[in-house]
Amino acid sequence: MVQFTLPKNSKIRVGKTWPKPEGAKNVRKFQIYRWDPDSGENPRIDTYFLDMDRCGPMVLDALIKIKNEIDPTLTFRRSCREGICGSCAMNIDGINTLACIYGLDEIKGDVKIYPLPHMPVIKDLVPDLTHFYAQHASIMPWLETKTNRPEKEWRQSIEDRKKLDGLYECVMCASCSTACPSYWWNGDKYLGPAALLHAYRWIIDSRDEATGERLDQLEDPFKLYRCHTIMNCTKTCPKGLNPAKAIAEIKKLMVERQI
Amino acid sequence: MHFLTDRKRAEGLGSARSGTMHHWIMQVSAVGLAVLIPLFVFTFGSILGAPHEEVVAYYERPFPSIVAGLTILVGLYHFRQGAQIMIEDYTRGLTRKALIVATICLSYALMATGLYALIRLAL
Repeated sequence: MVQFTLPKNSKIRVGKTWPKPEGAKNVRKFQIYRWDPDSGENPRIDTYFLDMDRCGPMVLDALIKIKNEIDPTLTFRRSCREGICGSCAMNIDGINTLACIYGLDEIKGDVKIYPLPHMPVIKDLVPDLTHFYAQHASIMPWLETKTNRPEKEWRQSIEDRKKLDGLYECVMCASCSTACPSYWWNGDKYLGPAALLHAYRWIIDSRDEATGERLDQLEDPFKLYRCHTIMNCTKTCPKGLNPAKAIAEIKKLMVERQI
Repeated sequence: MHFLTDRKRAEGLGSARSGTMHHWIMQVSAVGLAVLIPLFVFTFGSILGAPHEEVVAYYERPFPSIVAGLTILVGLYHFRQGAQIMIEDYTRGLTRKALIVATICLSYALMATGLYALIRLAL
């Protein structure tokens, strides 16, 4: 449901400003969203200063440095540090992206970091992605077959395999879905760009034998057709994928089987 | 408070098995309007401000009256479909249903009014 203002207990306040590092010449300011459910307080923006001469080049390096050296209570997800696991997705400088592959040199001025937009927050920069993952599971992200299993493997031509390029690389970081206004307003029913990109990945897979059932499952004014081609998903995807095109391809297949 | 599993909440009532025709009609009517709107502006604009007798005589001709009629029908049908999407985006529950019904009524009322006026002029 569309909301124009934040609820009273979600309004962001000015938080703590941590001291600048002594003797540092190359100092950068970081403004980071903080919220602790146990405190009962409103979210706040804490300000940190880092000596950039003693910090790695990526946003995640800065976050780890803050957690290790300044404020151990700062909470965020991270794992692979190379854009493969999708854990460290957050809103950096107004863009949903992965902190591990977003360079600090790409940001002008202060570095502002928030959790992924319009998702329930568990703590600080950690969003609750339970519904997002359940939606992904609902599109059956696995190979569905009816023919008896072949002796060796399900064969696929080189041309058919190429159709999966630009689809299978999705790391489910949720940057695209949480950048989509349609997903903000109707995320309970609309599957969102990430789940739909995965749905198309299995629809277009030449080995999959449940194409019709998959299309049946998606044919819905909300699950699929809430996409209004806003393109925020494609613009923000940290892996350079194009979920909007995948959704358009699903819509084309829907029309093709009716007209 | 409902003790629903995450999967149950994500699946909801399942697929409505509809929406494709709505999408297709929007695409087709949009293309239709891309042709009709310039024709309508051209025909309607050329007679705008003329005396009543001249307007009546103009709309007795088939081309301008058919263009106007099609623009009214296709335009308002496109409006009806588009407004429904907008209402579904931003409202919920009874408000959503009431607004959709109101939009349908308004669209067909405007279609009928426009066609009646056109027929009065043309015949």
